[in-house]
Amino acid sequence: MSGENIFTGLTEEHDGDARWAFGTGFTEALAGVDTTLPAGVDGADLAVYCQMLGDDALVQSQRLVQWVTDAPELEEEVALANIALDLLGQARLLLARAGQADGSGRDEDAFAYHRDPEHFRNVHLTEAPRGDFARAVATLLVLSSWRLAVFTRLADSADPVLAAIAAKGVNELAYHREYVVAWTLRLGDGTPYSHERLRTAVADVWPLTGELFATHPLEAALAAQGVGVDPASVRDEVHEVVTRVLTAATLPAPEPFPGQTVAGRDGEHSAHLAPLLEELQRVAREHPEATW
Amino acid sequence: MPEAYRRTLVRQVSQHAHSEIIGMQPEGDWIASAPSLRRKAILLAKVQDEAGHGLYLYAAAETLGVDRDDLTERLIEGRQKYSSIFNYPSLSYADVGVIGWLVDGAAICNQVPLCRTSFGPYARAMVRICKEESFHQRQGYELLMRMMEGTEGQRRMVQDAVDRWWWPSLMMFGPPDAESPNTQQSMTWGIKIDTNDDLRQRFVDMTVPQAERLGVTLPDPDLVWNAERGHHDFGTPDWDELKQVIKGDGPKNAERVSRRRAAHEKGAWVREAATAYARKQQEATV
Repeated sequence: MSGENIFTGLTEEHDGDARWAFGTGFTEALAGVDTTLPAGVDGADLAVYCQMLGDDALVQSQRLVQWVTDAPELEEEVALANIALDLLGQARLLLARAGQADGSGRDEDAFAYHRDPEHFRNVHLTEAPRGDFARAVATLLVLSSWRLAVFTRLADSADPVLAAIAAKGVNELAYHREYVVAWTLRLGDGTPYSHERLRTAVADVWPLTGELFATHPLEAALAAQGVGVDPASVRDEVHEVVTRVLTAATLPAPEPFPGQTVAGRDGEHSAHLAPLLEELQRVAREHPEATW
Repeated sequence: MPEAYRRTLVRQVSQHAHSEIIGMQPEGDWIASAPSLRRKAILLAKVQDEAGHGLYLYAAAETLGVDRDDLTERLIEGRQKYSSIFNYPSLSYADVGVIGWLVDGAAICNQVPLCRTSFGPYARAMVRICKEESFHQRQGYELLMRMMEGTEGQRRMVQDAVDRWWWPSLMMFGPPDAESPNTQQSMTWGIKIDTNDDLRQRFVDMTVPQAERLGVTLPDPDLVWNAERGHHDFGTPDWDELKQVIKGDGPKNAERVSRRRAAHEKGAWVREAATAYARKQQEATV
């Protein structure tokens, strides 16, 4: 295709990659992975578990999208959008797996667009208002450290699909944590003003962190089957990581994560989730017969 | 480097960078409400690419001895322009597709020749940008194809968006050659390769068959194939409207700039923190 006419092929019939001017070079994330439900794994439980992990990612991604055109610097525009994209990608795979595991055949969009708030399984930390940049940093520091610890273990899940999704996610989450650690250091050890804003943000986020480590009965059951991870088992590791980062950033060592019972995982949400979902679902629900 | 050449390039490259950054807004508004997760991922990636384009272009401008912060100030104080197309509102999800098809299509027409422009850093930035733009254009067109295969309501949305974006897209090539003050000098210097009118003609000729394939009507009663010329004849854009929009009286001028200004000002403490931290690190290693 000549450089002067890179879009002349637009109206021609092509298969697959050839439609794109330069090819996509993409491979399917789950190419070659056996999607059959392994013997002994409860499909209904696995589906709910995939929604828990998928909804955390989808809702946090939707919050991060609020930074688009509003970030403090262009590099942060690119990075925050990238983190949002990675989490969206994780959500899509997890929700699609949920629809396979429960036998309903629902696709990713059925879960994202056609469930009401009480059927979402995300933790409150992900649905809390966006806040300022320090708040985003504090939230992502805890969330990416937690998710990285969980996904690292899930890479050995007895469900091959969940294992593949986690293995892919580990690399992404390691980058998210690296990015947010760098900003924790800059804000904490930057100016007195940024130090104060980060300290306030960590204090504001802290009451929401305990829920990440509260074990839902379904998580306990799946952990026993070697499919899922008991989040209580990563509490010490995540606390150590976060403490090391905050201390290096000249902030006070944090309190232990608060003890907390399950809420979002059972569909009990704050008032912040419904408007977030209303915006996410608006166009899809306005045009129920449409194809996109 | 001759000073006039440098000044012309600073103006062109920084306006191009501003256009990428302001251009994130009309489509960025739709990311949160994209009607499928696939469309959300495509649009988020596209808007992210535009931030990346802005970054390369500011970096290219910096090789000419200007500073990104200073250029940003010029944008938010209204001392430098950006492409007027982004002062129109995006009213439905079909606009996302039409912006990809027509606006990115027009941008590609403008920018592909710039891969051979006489200033290397700009030309090299354009190579990568054009690859990504062509991807965006195809994604936009593919969305429109899907929508045209959908419901009657979706087809109406697409036609409505085409009706609103067609003329502004033609105006993206700038005023007619006879009224383009900078064209001749820029062509002599090898900054610009083609005239505005030649690029506009090329765009129309390429777009007409794409519109037919899509099944939409381009809103120009004078649009007709001229076998003698081997080109389409087409009507005259409303140049008075373009002048109004360039002057700052477009539907969205004030909002676009004030949003960019707000983000920049709100982020000042973050940038200051990063600078202070970097200075401390530097002092610690000395």
